[in-house]
Amino acid sequence: MAGIIGYGAYVPRLRIKVEEIARVWSEDGEGIKKGLNIKEKSVPSLDEDAATIAVEAARKAIYHAGIAPTDLGAVYVGSESHPYAVKPTATIVAQAISAGTSLTAADLEFACKAGTAGMQMLMGMADSGMIKYGITIGSDTSQGRPGDALEYTASAGGAAFIIGKEKKEMVAEILKTASYTSDTPDFWRREGANFPSHGGRFTGEPGYFRHVVSATKLLFEQTGFKPSDFQYAVFHQPNGKFPLVVAKMLGFTEKQVEEGLLTPIIGNTYSGASMLGLSAVLDKAKPGEKILVTSFGSGAGSDSFAIQVTDNIDKKRGRAAPIRELINRDKVYIDYAQYLKNRNSITRT
Amino acid sequence: MREVAIIGVGLTRFGERWEHGLRDLMAEAGLNALNDANIESKDIEMLYGGIMASGRFVGQEHIAALLADQLGFKNVPAVRVENACASGGTALREGYITVASGIHDIVAVGGVEKMTDVTTSEATTALGGAGDQEWELAQGITFPGLYALMARRHMHEYGTTEEQMAAVAVKNHKNAVKNKYAQFKKEITIEDVMKSKPVADPLKVFDCSPISDGAAAIILAPLEMARKYNDTPIKIIASTQATDTLSLAERETLTALKATRIAGEKAYAQAKLKPKDIDVIEVHDCFTIAEILSMEDLGFYKKGKAAKAIADGETALNSSLSVNTSGGLKGCGHPVGATGVKQAVEVAMQLRGEAGDRQVNGAEIGMTHNVGGSGATAVVHIMKRAN
Amino acid sequence: MIFMEKASAGMWRKIDTRYNLVASECEKCKTLYFPPRIICRTCGRETRMKPRKLSGRGKVHSYTTIRVPSEAFKELAPYTVGVIELEEGPKVEGHVLERGKKIEIGTKVSTVFRKMYVDGEEGLIHYHFKFEVV
Repeated sequence: MAGIIGYGAYVPRLRIKVEEIARVWSEDGEGIKKGLNIKEKSVPSLDEDAATIAVEAARKAIYHAGIAPTDLGAVYVGSESHPYAVKPTATIVAQAISAGTSLTAADLEFACKAGTAGMQMLMGMADSGMIKYGITIGSDTSQGRPGDALEYTASAGGAAFIIGKEKKEMVAEILKTASYTSDTPDFWRREGANFPSHGGRFTGEPGYFRHVVSATKLLFEQTGFKPSDFQYAVFHQPNGKFPLVVAKMLGFTEKQVEEGLLTPIIGNTYSGASMLGLSAVLDKAKPGEKILVTSFGSGAGSDSFAIQVTDNIDKKRGRAAPIRELINRDKVYIDYAQYLKNRNSITRT
Repeated sequence: MREVAIIGVGLTRFGERWEHGLRDLMAEAGLNALNDANIESKDIEMLYGGIMASGRFVGQEHIAALLADQLGFKNVPAVRVENACASGGTALREGYITVASGIHDIVAVGGVEKMTDVTTSEATTALGGAGDQEWELAQGITFPGLYALMARRHMHEYGTTEEQMAAVAVKNHKNAVKNKYAQFKKEITIEDVMKSKPVADPLKVFDCSPISDGAAAIILAPLEMARKYNDTPIKIIASTQATDTLSLAERETLTALKATRIAGEKAYAQAKLKPKDIDVIEVHDCFTIAEILSMEDLGFYKKGKAAKAIADGETALNSSLSVNTSGGLKGCGHPVGATGVKQAVEVAMQLRGEAGDRQVNGAEIGMTHNVGGSGATAVVHIMKRAN
Repeated sequence: MIFMEKASAGMWRKIDTRYNLVASECEKCKTLYFPPRIICRTCGRETRMKPRKLSGRGKVHSYTTIRVPSEAFKELAPYTVGVIELEEGPKVEGHVLERGKKIEIGTKVSTVFRKMYVDGEEGLIHYHFKFEVV
């Protein structure tokens, strides 16, 4: 089966604390921090967008993988905040990573699981020999409606994964993937609308939990694996709570979920979320260890993966600083007014 | 090659001239020059017009033909000369070459800019075209930004201070008070400069020449014909020009303008003079740091030594070398295309003894130095009374 | 007043240079030029230029914070720009992002990929290299 040849992740440096947002809306900051298990979230600068974040992550992935960018046969970018409605982010990325012109590219949208859908596509393309390597990126600068609950979590970030089938090049093999997909209107955004809408509590059980659990169980059925076979579990993380709840539902421990749970310190990076979580785990995981990853995209669907780390991981480790280190280093806190300015909600006219 | 003389000069007041459009300003200066030369419009054989950005500022290209007609010239050849802020000085050089070569006898050189019909922001953008549009302006590096980059490096390499730069502005405002054509009529202090609003660190508003409207005109003739028109023709004894890379980053150094040095050296060689022979000079102080660079690159001071000398008053009116007696670009104003011509008008008036309160005593030899952009063009002229 | 092309060709033409810091190197005399050019100043008609991607690593040669921006950069102001001396030799002008660190002459920087300019609500987005303090 195909595997991960290299990966890279990027989170913007600006941060806003949950209590700062709560202060503006006269809400209980400490209560929200506890309830959502989140301290602060990342904020993109005025000169950042899903494309620039995708490029930063992709450049790191190429350096980590140690491949020639022109050997990439496919470039996919998944996002809910593509800079253009028509004109793919993928070609901007392909140009910026010097991938050349002999490749196929497209943009994907499936809420927060667009990037992992890209992973599945590349697995098929690599396994079949159609391409030597492909890169998939999940990147977002998601917008939270001011005053809405999602404002506390909607953040910016991205991760890139290079997929190929050469065993001696991969840092982790993808043993199996399974998905669960249904037409569920839990969270959506109409063309032209500034902010997404959601079904409140409906996003929980019929949305996130049903799909994450179902996809993971399908994977277990197909592989015979059980939770204790995995050292790590990464779930889509719209807040810091849901992954802990779904872990329990499936029979995973909090310890297994810990390493791959980044939302408490960077917020929900939407299309970047599961993939950033996986990056954090791969930064630490040892050869032979298994990782369960189940993403979730509203609308709705989940992609589940059983991944096993190979011996090659140590060879490429150290080419880039671990994502947790990058997240904690050089962060710059801003206040709510600067946050609005950076989100282009207030401008000089 | 014939010797060339200035037989007439004319200026308008520089400043915010709301009632006057571009053509009005040129006509006013032109009329003053024709009167000064005691010559008729019909006697003018050619026009060189130095205008940097009439297209951007007033939407008008093809401006030379327009101005030749507005000035009453009769179907003469007319050319617009554009070298950013050195448009005027270059126009003068082109006029000089034309007369020296013998192709025409009486040539008019005009310089004009109308900058206040657009917003400050639009003017800043238009002026940015003096730099490298693709790699400087397109990145939001403004014109003051370019000189700020040079200033900071000069401060780093030679210890030049912001107060020393401020002294340039103080001196030039002091001179401008005595100049009826100047935009600014008030003296300022070092503290005024230091407290003014930052534009591009370390440059503040008072380190920068203003946005201005204005025009200047000069009539040239071969020396052998000059006395027919004017009792004190001013002979141009050197006219030189040099270029350098447009973008700052591609220069050999940020702390010297090679184009100035080359044009200066060639001018001294042409005139067979040395820096110490110059009595009065108009240099290109688009920003205070630019005057400091000019004094060094033209050979008056060693690299890194000009700032202190200026701050100590060595270049004040009637000191060892009077610099920017008109008030310079900072005090007199900087209607871009007009400046290079105005500099020559000021020096001509000084050499004629017609500079009133700002007369440099016994001025025999004068010099002008006009720079385009951040130093990609430099034009130097040296002149003396023809006796 | 359009200096940023509304039409596509101008902004597209040098995309590789603006995204990937691609310079031109004269194969004959090994001089590197950034931005790239066609004629080598030393070799003239014997120029043999080929593209060369630069590392993006360098140090600050000079810098300034622009507080009175040009029209297109109103929203970004104040922003810091600098002349950066790249490790391969050429100097380049670009934005310098502090992100909480102090910028001084000699500060080490490295390129990042950012938006330079957005042409209103409906126009193109211009991406460009910028420098970030390492």
